[in-house]
Amino acid sequence: MRRGVSGNSHARSAYWRGARDCAPFIIIVVPYSMLFGVVARDAGLDLLQAMAMSIIVIAGASQFTAVALMQEHAPVFIVLLAALAVNARMAMYSAALQPHVGRAPVRLRAIMAYLMVDQAFALSIKEYDDHPDMRLREKLAYYFGVITPACGAWYGFTFLGAVLGRAVPPELSLHFAVPVCFIALVAPMMKNLPHVVAAFVSILTAVVFADLPYNLALVLAALLAMIAGARCEVWLARRRVMA
Amino acid sequence: MISDSVFWAVTVLLGIGTFLIRFSFMGFLGKRRMPEWLMLHLRYVGVGVFPALITPLVLWPEATGGQIDAAHLLGAAAALAAGLWFSVAGAIIAGMGTLYAVQILQSAI
Repeated sequence: MRRGVSGNSHARSAYWRGARDCAPFIIIVVPYSMLFGVVARDAGLDLLQAMAMSIIVIAGASQFTAVALMQEHAPVFIVLLAALAVNARMAMYSAALQPHVGRAPVRLRAIMAYLMVDQAFALSIKEYDDHPDMRLREKLAYYFGVITPACGAWYGFTFLGAVLGRAVPPELSLHFAVPVCFIALVAPMMKNLPHVVAAFVSILTAVVFADLPYNLALVLAALLAMIAGARCEVWLARRRVMA
Repeated sequence: MISDSVFWAVTVLLGIGTFLIRFSFMGFLGKRRMPEWLMLHLRYVGVGVFPALITPLVLWPEATGGQIDAAHLLGAAAALAAGLWFSVAGAIIAGMGTLYAVQILQSAI
């Protein structure tokens, strides 16, 4: 009994830690989701449609892509292909999270998958790596803690943007909050040489292959970076054994 | 105008497709253990994806029409430095603060 109670309180504190860790990232969710609401209305979608897209898809970049292509009257097949390519990175998030949460009930995993945004992956994977003794319940609680403010703000501010028809003024340069927040997510991951090498390979590939269509540069950069990081780790381990 | 049928077809199919991408490994593999070589590579998903997401947004921002711009480069550098040595909030404040400061300088010149 006592163990159950303390398990609960650990899970509860993990939930709140997740919510707190995600709080600074509201700064990107607010302008981005409001902008989606505005862009959707400008494209002629009604309030219900704007909200339906944010709720059914919850993946900002792919929603912008889909709306832009639909406006250009691209065939449905092309719209889907382009928008899904933007989300391809999430398959990698899913694979990286699997060893941590694969034992959770499938219903919970389905909810986690539906809500899997960039912040949820980046913050959770860092938390799990930093605390290898976390129990499954705490890992799940942390993930849902991160998601609560992120997705709550995503729905809420899409609605506000769509109703007001006005985004955050461009003079505030909040477009730059997107890369800045991603930098804030990735900086703590630079723990050792292999991670730094992987990040450099990722940047280099993104620059060299910037002109590839359908977000292929991103997928290619991630794959090459993962190989570089893994190779570097193996090489360092071998050198340590020989020394 | 986007026709209702196109909109709903795209939204529902995009929703299902995106869900399946997110569910994929986490959902269908369940508690099965992945091979060691794959686990090794998966440690680098974060540092593989995020720098490639960030790079074009910093180098060729839409706000400048895709032109390389000092304010964006310095802002990104400041965010990285603050993120490495301080905190998430520090990185956001340093990044946005540097961007604003350089933009004010640029408009003053």
